[in-house]
Amino acid sequence: MAQVALGLVNGAFYAMLSLGLAVIFGMLNVINFTHGAQFMMGAFAAWLLLGMLDVPFWASLVLAPLIVGLFGVIIERLLLKRIYHLDHLYGFLLTFGMALIIEGLFQWKWGSSGAPYPAPITGGTDLGFMIMPTYRLFVVVAALVICLATWYGIERTRLGAYLRAATENPTLVRAFGINVPRLITLTYGLGVALAALAGVLAAPIQQVSALMGTNLVLVVFAVVVIGGMGSIMGSIVTGFGLGLIEGLTKVYYPPASNTVIFVVMALVLLVKPAGLFGQAK
Amino acid sequence: MADALLKVAGLQAWYGESHILHGVGFEVGRGELVTLLGRNGAGKTTTLKSVMGIVEKRAGSVTFEGRETVGHPSDEIARQGIGYCPEERGIFSSLNVEENLLLPPAVKAGGMSLAEIYQLFPNLWERRRSQGTKLSGGEQQMLAIGRILRTGATLLLLDEPTEGLAPVIVQRIGEIIRQLKGRGFTILLVEQNFHFAATVADRHYVMEDGKVVDMMVSADVQQNIGKLQAYLGV
Repeated sequence: MAQVALGLVNGAFYAMLSLGLAVIFGMLNVINFTHGAQFMMGAFAAWLLLGMLDVPFWASLVLAPLIVGLFGVIIERLLLKRIYHLDHLYGFLLTFGMALIIEGLFQWKWGSSGAPYPAPITGGTDLGFMIMPTYRLFVVVAALVICLATWYGIERTRLGAYLRAATENPTLVRAFGINVPRLITLTYGLGVALAALAGVLAAPIQQVSALMGTNLVLVVFAVVVIGGMGSIMGSIVTGFGLGLIEGLTKVYYPPASNTVIFVVMALVLLVKPAGLFGQAK
Repeated sequence: MADALLKVAGLQAWYGESHILHGVGFEVGRGELVTLLGRNGAGKTTTLKSVMGIVEKRAGSVTFEGRETVGHPSDEIARQGIGYCPEERGIFSSLNVEENLLLPPAVKAGGMSLAEIYQLFPNLWERRRSQGTKLSGGEQQMLAIGRILRTGATLLLLDEPTEGLAPVIVQRIGEIIRQLKGRGFTILLVEQNFHFAATVADRHYVMEDGKVVDMMVSADVQQNIGKLQAYLGV
């Protein structure tokens, strides 16, 4: 039971990160391999804001995603928009290359050993079957709220309708008078801000280090594939679900806990190549 | 024409390397209903797409209300007041009927209200919560027309609204198009079915090989039926 709860904490990060990836992929048709680096940048932004300007965690929760999201907007305007008409491979090379450069720069400046970030909420909460650090409980709830808010924004609002329509047929949406290139820029900014937000939430749990996103994002890509590329609800459900499965595996067969997600991915791909919630194109 | 809402002159367009339009010229007066007739591949759809700015590689001149639109992206052209209903209808499957209707943003004051549109298309009201692509072909066509009436666009570009529809639905679409003209919309209609076109339009331009080769007013269609049939190869 305790492992299940901790699995949910991991699942919260999987869900937030795969959600950002899904939003970006749906609209830009680019798999954002810079996602892990942007997650790390979110954590670093919070850490630097605290260390240099004494900005508290709660303010960073808003500021860091804004700063990193803005960085994403600049990246999109400057680089990504030039490759939409090219093969997927170029998107992969560009975003992967950017991730290496960003992580390299952070490593060069701050090393790779990592720095601690003080937990903004201390103490534990008795859940009956275990005592869970209150901050981790907060992370799970916060992630759920963020994911559902994003889902609502995309599935139930006017702006979300533009996004969904532009994902299907950007040419026609543009011919209706909507500035689709700007919509794409905003979407990338939003996806990147989601990664950064996850990074801020992760800072007090993990060490803030240049490579903190690398391992995590590997699992997240598996989550996205299992959930179905570009599916919003798919990535939320799969994110939390796989966190749980990972937690359970730790209880029953610990050596497999690192690979179980990839086993699930292989199985899903065999049965449903478009992913659990994906629609074959 | 003194009061031409849309004036196309020497319009050329390319898809990649292939040159599709070779100097198209025609005019649509305010409140007029004009068709582009011609065989498959004559360049009718490309003309609409070029007017709309969807075909980006174009040269020549397209003025709407006296303003040049060539060189501007399609979203800017749409915001000047042109509504586009594509041949493939372009109903969004991830949106329900009402979301489809509400999708195109209002570009000018004076568009029809949602209630008026539902009054014109009662079927859409009944199915407003259905996924857009679950509608029948005729209903999808009505949805594709309905959603550009809300925006305040004064010029409607309709690309083969009767294609693939049963005769009774074609008749219904014809009534709707006449009603829209009655409401003051200016309409540029692309049609293969010239019997249908003759019943709704004021004038017809005939296209061949990427050029406009002839023009006739609806009253003269009967006299020129032989010539028209030769153009259209029917």
